[in-house]
Amino acid sequence: MRALLTQAAQMALVLLLAPLLTGYVRTLKARLQRRRGPSMLQPWRDLLRLARKEAVVAGNASWLFRSTPYLVFATTWVAAALVPTFATGLMYSWSADLIAVIALLGSARFLLALAGMDVGTAFGGIGSSREVMIATLAEPAMLLIAFTLALVAGSTQLSTVAAFMSSPEVGLRVSLGMALVALLIVGIAENARIPVDNPATHLELTMVHEAMVLEYSGRHLAMIEFAASMKLLLYVSLVACLFLPWGLAQASASPGALAVGAATWLAKLAAAGFLLALFETVIAKMRVFRVPEFLGAALMLGLLATLLMFVSRSL
Amino acid sequence: MSGTLALDVAHVLAGGLVLVSFMMLYQDRLSALLNIFALHALVLAASVGWQAEVQGAPHLFLTAGIAFLFKAVAIPLALHRMIRRLGVHREVETVIGIGPTMLAGMMLVALSIAVMLQVTEGADPLAREDLAFALAVVLLGMLMMVTRRNAVSQVVGFMSLENGLVLAATGAKGMPLVVEISVAFSILIAFIVIGIFLFRIRERFDTVDVHALDRHRGEQP
Repeated sequence: MRALLTQAAQMALVLLLAPLLTGYVRTLKARLQRRRGPSMLQPWRDLLRLARKEAVVAGNASWLFRSTPYLVFATTWVAAALVPTFATGLMYSWSADLIAVIALLGSARFLLALAGMDVGTAFGGIGSSREVMIATLAEPAMLLIAFTLALVAGSTQLSTVAAFMSSPEVGLRVSLGMALVALLIVGIAENARIPVDNPATHLELTMVHEAMVLEYSGRHLAMIEFAASMKLLLYVSLVACLFLPWGLAQASASPGALAVGAATWLAKLAAAGFLLALFETVIAKMRVFRVPEFLGAALMLGLLATLLMFVSRSL
Repeated sequence: MSGTLALDVAHVLAGGLVLVSFMMLYQDRLSALLNIFALHALVLAASVGWQAEVQGAPHLFLTAGIAFLFKAVAIPLALHRMIRRLGVHREVETVIGIGPTMLAGMMLVALSIAVMLQVTEGADPLAREDLAFALAVVLLGMLMMVTRRNAVSQVVGFMSLENGLVLAATGAKGMPLVVEISVAFSILIAFIVIGIFLFRIRERFDTVDVHALDRHRGEQP
């Protein structure tokens, strides 16, 4: 019963914090650019406003177009429930591992790409093809990161990996550093952040994710935006639990320990949000055709990390 | 515990050297390439210095010092001056496909790891690891020399290849100091000779693109 409650609390917290994290990054970015910017709560207000509005659907849209937002939201939420946020070993975390998380996010992306092409407008097609181009490089890189972690920790189970990472057994490994950099690059690309895609633009030459969801409105758009901010939270939590696993509580720990875990998680989110805003402020957007090179670096780092694992202490 | 720490640090430094080799393959601007080359030599010096500390071999400190002074400071500075005088310091090199080159590099790393781990079975783990990484660095330097068209980047490929040799030599319980110093000086001589050649090539063909040589021999259109 208590396990179920903790898991439910985690899922509710993820839901509550995801738009807040997005708003926090936006506010920080505005401040760094010497603008006032909207308040941190603005994404929540936008979501509520969109949910009240009428959903306009194109005449030739199929059932796929209408069901995709809910499916995307559901898969992303399940994936987020599998990632240890403030505590490891939650109830659901034993049912699936990192590869399942990658697969869930991959299927969400697949559905979105299909829905982008469903109505048959030019923008949806261009957005889908670009998104899939990014995915063909980001997903193998992500899998290689998972393999590296599995070779280090002997498991792809996120709770086990996090426990291993916080033990002194980890030592100093060059592969882990490479995997961290690769994961950061993949996270930036997957979340459509600045060098790869600009989440705040509606400029036809550069947009990727926005072009794909251009046809959506009302509650459908709300679901998709919600899923996008949840994905950002998921990636930040993933980096935090894999590479900075300090302060993670056990699911069976006392409520006090869980509160400490939640507080450190919030601190990590705040730090990561600040770094993301800073990074996005100092870097310029890339041309779309340079993105494969950027992601190719992540793929290369992942592959190199896996290769170098074979020449480590196991000799 | 200190044994594993020594091995871990050596692993990080040698792995870092392989990574910096890949970064050199990734660069398409000459001045950035030279900066990465200086970083390469710096990592090599750190790696050799750590080996000296671990193996208790003080003469390796000298090797590290030579690597730092010559390859991380002197040669990059000289190359910077050279490309400025050749007027190619802003040039963006047309590398034939970074992606395929990277893949080839990955295969070379896998090959060297597979070969070295097979060959050196039963040896000291530190030496095995260093040999595997050193072979990878040597092969990546060769790959760099093969894929680049600009003579200056070929020189950089050659120098990074030599860095791999130094790494291999230090991993194998050090090499005699005389050999070490003579290798360092022969590299310096080679550098000077290549430098003179570069200016000669430029004088005659108005470019340091080695394809001009092929055309001159009538091999390619």
